[in-house]
Amino acid sequence: MNVIFLILAAISVVGTAAAMSLRNAVHCVLALTLGLTGTAALYLQLSAQFVGFTQIMVYVGAVAILAVFAIMMTHQPEPSKPPTFSTFWAWGGIVAASVFSVLAWAIHFSPVSRQPPSPQPDTSVRQIGDALMHRFVLPLEIMGLLLTAALIGAVVIAMDRKEEIK
Amino acid sequence: MNSLQNYLLLSALLFSIGLAGALIRRNAILVLIGIELMLNAANLNLIAFWRFGPNPAALTGVMFAIFSISIAAAEAAVGLGIILAAYRHSRTTDLDQMNSLKG
Repeated sequence: MNVIFLILAAISVVGTAAAMSLRNAVHCVLALTLGLTGTAALYLQLSAQFVGFTQIMVYVGAVAILAVFAIMMTHQPEPSKPPTFSTFWAWGGIVAASVFSVLAWAIHFSPVSRQPPSPQPDTSVRQIGDALMHRFVLPLEIMGLLLTAALIGAVVIAMDRKEEIK
Repeated sequence: MNSLQNYLLLSALLFSIGLAGALIRRNAILVLIGIELMLNAANLNLIAFWRFGPNPAALTGVMFAIFSISIAAAEAAVGLGIILAAYRHSRTTDLDQMNSLKG
């Protein structure tokens, strides 16, 4: 376990934990970008550069901005602040902690998790593009169709229908 | 180089944090962000298994992660659209106050 991994893991964990525990929703999204950037740096360390930069562009660039817009559009000033956590927060915490203990137990006793890394793979963007255009072309097309349908559907769902009714 | 175990443990921790947030936050947008964090932890698992797997030249883990990120983006767009529609209807994003299915 080297120092860089520890630093990046600490950034990811602190960012995600802050994103799930802070009171102000905008602060939560800012902490979320920190955590996602830490994970992107971990991808870079695992020599998956393309995925790391895709992560920064899609998650940090698009999803976080979308969440900020949604927070701004649903913001209402309230004199009495409601509690941050739900009424059954203890049960949620117990469920999450037990999921983590089961996962950690399985990882600790699994023989798979002790194998050494493979030799450094050559993952240029050219090779990824080749794979996307030859071996994975059908999933790519389906993904394009799904993204189009999802974005049109999101616009239709979020559209204000008051004009139609009048 | 780290062992696969460290990456899997970190990924399990991130997944549990996201799960806890999705279960206990009251704000619907932050619940959606918790689900995004769970997807993100799964991506880290995919990349780690690809890097430590027997045949990294096949690029399957990288492809899986790229498609998973696209699915997460589509899910965020649709989820935030649904939250906006629900907010326009009930004027709140507090999940403890959204307790009626009838329009």
